[in-house]
Amino acid sequence: MSRQSNRTTDNKKMNSELFTLTYGALVTQLCKDYENDEEVNKQLDKMGYNIGVRLIEDFLARSSVGRCQDFRETADVIAKVAFKMYLGVTPSVTNWSPAGDEFSLVLESNPLVDFVELPDNHNVLIYSNLLCGVLRGALEMVQMAVDVRFAQDTLRGDNVTEIRMKFIKRIEENLPAGDE
Amino acid sequence: MADEALFQFLHSELIQYIYKSGANGETENGKNITKLEAMGFRVGQGLIERFTKETPRFKDELDVMKFICKDFWTCLFKKQIDNLRTNHQGIYVLQDNSFRLLSQLSAGKQYLEHAPKYLAFTCGLVRGGLSDLGLKSVVTAEVAGMPACKFQVMIQKA
Repeated sequence: MSRQSNRTTDNKKMNSELFTLTYGALVTQLCKDYENDEEVNKQLDKMGYNIGVRLIEDFLARSSVGRCQDFRETADVIAKVAFKMYLGVTPSVTNWSPAGDEFSLVLESNPLVDFVELPDNHNVLIYSNLLCGVLRGALEMVQMAVDVRFAQDTLRGDNVTEIRMKFIKRIEENLPAGDE
Repeated sequence: MADEALFQFLHSELIQYIYKSGANGETENGKNITKLEAMGFRVGQGLIERFTKETPRFKDELDVMKFICKDFWTCLFKKQIDNLRTNHQGIYVLQDNSFRLLSQLSAGKQYLEHAPKYLAFTCGLVRGGLSDLGLKSVVTAEVAGMPACKFQVMIQKA
């Protein structure tokens, strides 16, 4: 009997599971290496940052989106293009602050936590904190300083996952004096 | 649907982290490789479990190896293993002429010594996958010229 005919597994899905499981292995390793969860959160953020500063190039090259006019447009691009492209989900952009400098990305499902349950002794751990680092790192490369943190997390019993992003400032490029 | 680039970046962060947290030196290098391999093993187990849910039973050992070379590899690295050789006594050599996780590295001889880091996780993946299919094995990798590499699988007879 030929096995070929029965092959129904979706390659793309498989590839995303590779990512999800590898990420899980990483978090497990970090939890082993560090004594408290806050250190793990910090480390995840740092690694995310490193990924973000490199991922932005890949993103700009592939998506061919242009410069964003304002923070609202940035939010839309992150949600509709970037998340879609890399994680296959489209978060909704909500909860704008009146000043328009702060918003939330709300994810119905978070691919990173597909197979995850948090044990009781890890209630400070922000499992998906890598994402915050990625966003921070990527935006820094396009001259935007932002503050990113998790406001809600399904792993801790919330209904949705919510990432809160706050615009801090535009990073000025420091050109050497007289070099225009 | 994580894009492949994301996995590659995560993979290199993983290596960075493992190597930074351990000290340098010959013995430490071995330890780091072991750590990476162990992580891969765990991931390989999880993947194969989900992946073979719908597939019919395997005929024999060779059938399993073909499955690893074709389906498993295609899903993970978007291509098949280029060449599979065996002595029919439990040793298999899987050759990939342009291995995904090495393709970002410069192809010259300069970084050849760093190549093992980039293969350890994958060795674990293969060993983990095989272990869940009932084959105990030892998997090692070697690189002669990047980005080509060979994985050697030695099946341990019970």
